[in-house]
Amino acid sequence: MSELNLLYTDVEDDLRSSVRDLLTDRCDPQAVIALCDGDRSMVAPLWKALATELGLAGLLVPEDRGGAGASAREAAVVLEELGRAMAPVPFLTSAVMATTALAATEGDLIAGLAAGERTAALAVPLSTTPYGAIPAVPATDGRLTGTVTSVAGALEADVLLVPAVTGDGLALHAVAATDAVRVPVVSLDMTRQLADVTLDGAAATLVVADAEPALRRALGVGAALLASEQLGVARWCLDETVGYLKQRRQFGRVVGGFQALKHRLADLSTGVDSANAAARHAAAVLAADDPDVELATAVAQAYCSDLAVTAAEEAVQLHGGIGMTWEHPAHLYLKRAKADQIAFGTAGAHRARLAGLVDLPVAP
Amino acid sequence: MTLEDLRQRVEEFLATHDPATTERLEFLRARYDAGLAWVHFPEGHGGLGLPQAWQPEADGLFAAAGAPDNNPNSNVIGLGMAAPTILAFGTEEQKRRFLRPLWTGEEIWCQLFSEPGAGSDLAALGTRAERDGDEWVVNGQKVWTSSAHLARFAILVARTDPDVPKHRGMTYFLCDMTDPGVDVRPLRQITGEAEFNEVFLSDVRIPDTQRLGEVGQGWAVATATLNTERVAIGGRATPREGGMIGLVAQAWRDHPERRTPELHDRLLRLWVEAEVARLTGTRLRQKLAQGRPGPEGAAMKLTFARLNQQLSGLELELLGEEALRYSDWTMVRPERVDFTSRDAGYRYLRAKGNSIEGGTSEILRNIVAERVLGLPPEPRVDKDVPWKDQEK
Ligand SMILES: Cc1cc2nc3c(=O)[nH]c(=O)nc-3n(C[C@H](O)[C@H](O)[C@H](O)COP(=O)(O)OP(=O)(O)OC[C@H]3O[C@@H](n4cnc5c(N)ncnc54)[C@H](O)[C@@H]3O)c2cc1C
Repeated sequence: MSELNLLYTDVEDDLRSSVRDLLTDRCDPQAVIALCDGDRSMVAPLWKALATELGLAGLLVPEDRGGAGASAREAAVVLEELGRAMAPVPFLTSAVMATTALAATEGDLIAGLAAGERTAALAVPLSTTPYGAIPAVPATDGRLTGTVTSVAGALEADVLLVPAVTGDGLALHAVAATDAVRVPVVSLDMTRQLADVTLDGAAATLVVADAEPALRRALGVGAALLASEQLGVARWCLDETVGYLKQRRQFGRVVGGFQALKHRLADLSTGVDSANAAARHAAAVLAADDPDVELATAVAQAYCSDLAVTAAEEAVQLHGGIGMTWEHPAHLYLKRAKADQIAFGTAGAHRARLAGLVDLPVAP
Repeated sequence: MTLEDLRQRVEEFLATHDPATTERLEFLRARYDAGLAWVHFPEGHGGLGLPQAWQPEADGLFAAAGAPDNNPNSNVIGLGMAAPTILAFGTEEQKRRFLRPLWTGEEIWCQLFSEPGAGSDLAALGTRAERDGDEWVVNGQKVWTSSAHLARFAILVARTDPDVPKHRGMTYFLCDMTDPGVDVRPLRQITGEAEFNEVFLSDVRIPDTQRLGEVGQGWAVATATLNTERVAIGGRATPREGGMIGLVAQAWRDHPERRTPELHDRLLRLWVEAEVARLTGTRLRQKLAQGRPGPEGAAMKLTFARLNQQLSGLELELLGEEALRYSDWTMVRPERVDFTSRDAGYRYLRAKGNSIEGGTSEILRNIVAERVLGLPPEPRVDKDVPWKDQEK
């Protein structure tokens, strides 16, 4: 049995540096803070650059369908960088989850997504878990009516993939975003702003019949790779805090030299390294199409989602007053980390799933 | 050489050395000579210069063929600390003399580092080694020496120059534990056993050919040992649910009547952490596959100590009334150290040592903070003071 590689390949390192370079140039932290006041002008050009210049929109789409044919390992590296820079782009919702949901479909929607000409979002609340009930709206004669709340990626999308209940069960329908009413939500995390989506007899095209497996797979892949975004968030919080405490002086000393803080940061660093292993493992298992995928996903989510929150909370505390300001970006990471903790199920939901997977039931 | 070539080498070896009919020691020596002992060691010293990450492959094939192993748990310090240090700093002659019987388990090793006055501050040690022609004469006292009662050799750090600041005046030796000046006395620990000892060294004579590294270079060599120690303690390859978590999970499965939601929550949290620690260990081993370990092992050891303590504590609560009984307080001097052996009560008590031995968790946090994160070092009042003038 050969062991999965939990490090980064040269190709993955190259991909990381091109994403990082682009984000350094075009994802200005002050513009990201402005998102919280409703100025979303940076979103479209940034996504266009990532989607088309770097080809990230089609990263996971097979080459014969117009994509780059890369694996979850590469998508994970991209998410680490997007998390690190708080880039407000619909990579996870469109390039990862929508393309996964559509993987087995014919039609030209997936090619449009791969080319970055179109952007899609799965119309489910961001808090939907891969394990529980999937909220769906009723479908009658190819028309959908109903409301889906707290949808991530909907504001950036031109097509919504809506789970609908038909006579034959759950089916996935495509609805043009212009045929839906999308009400922006004042979101805890404005860098991934949610929308409430209302459909009132909206015209819909059936894209996946019998869609439950495809939907669970999309949610599962989303959860597995969200761990890498959480890793990127945590890594930024650690690096930024260590950097700050190396230059901030009080009591005539650099405060990073006080042992109480050194020990907290050592624990955080140990946690971030652990999150790195968990996130990397989930991505590697997905890429290898290993049967362990459900377990690896639950472990990665159960670990990384709490760790990212801890990292962001430590970053705020250890920055002192400046960490509490609107001007310093730490709050963006705290809000993202907390929202990510709830996205696709809390750590507790993933642990509950694990209990079943590893035969540790609560009831006798 | 590819992984496939390695597999083939093992198969060829097994074809000519039938584990069922070959005598155990003969088999192990031949395995060493074939370079299949620790494949990342150089040719001629039990290896083939291959990536360390390939070792499990070879071990797996040997185990599957029913081959005897070298009983690694009986020589943890030898395999995990002495061997990599001898490989890195030893002369050809030292490597040839010591590595083979170390690997086969014919010679057990112990570590004579800590002293009553020098624990975390190992560099404060006062055991003296004075040169006498081609030999060194050693006097002093060591303490907490695990397995000294079983060991044939020891890695030893002693002071050779008291006139310079403490880090500069030490030298590293390979000490023969059968020397008449070595007196090993058991020290009983909280488990009831005497796993460690105190060791009195009186005019112990060590030939200069058993000095490892240069005179005065002892601190650098000792640091290399401590780095490998932390990897050895925290970074072993384990299967899922290997080690302490496996025992606690089994206790959960065996005792449905003891299950409560509160224990379940703690168990699952620890299960996740243990699995993540296992993956972190795998990742660390992949990183270290080339090159010598640096401070990265410190983080792994921190996690390992914390999890072992939390898990073994949880296990007692899970067992309830049964946990109120302890198997045996009789003072014995164990043959091997295995944290997961014996009963749950022993495991709980023995795990307390995990955050003390091999560098306390406080010291390891300092190491991670300073050497991984680059934060300022602890204030050192004694750094430039000659050892002999320091407050003891
Ligand atoms: C089971 C077991 C097996 C052992 N086996 C061996 C062996 O085989 N060979 C060997 O040489 N040694 C061995 N040891 C010894 C071990 O390495 C030492 O006990 C350890 O290094 C701590 O030293 P100390 O006991 O003198 O404690 P001290 O150094 O006196 O520490 C006391 C307390 O102070 C804390 N402390 C000290 N300095 C600092 C600091 N700078 N910052 C913050 N906190 C600090 C420590 O963390 C600890 O909590 C073993 C120990 C145990 C428990």
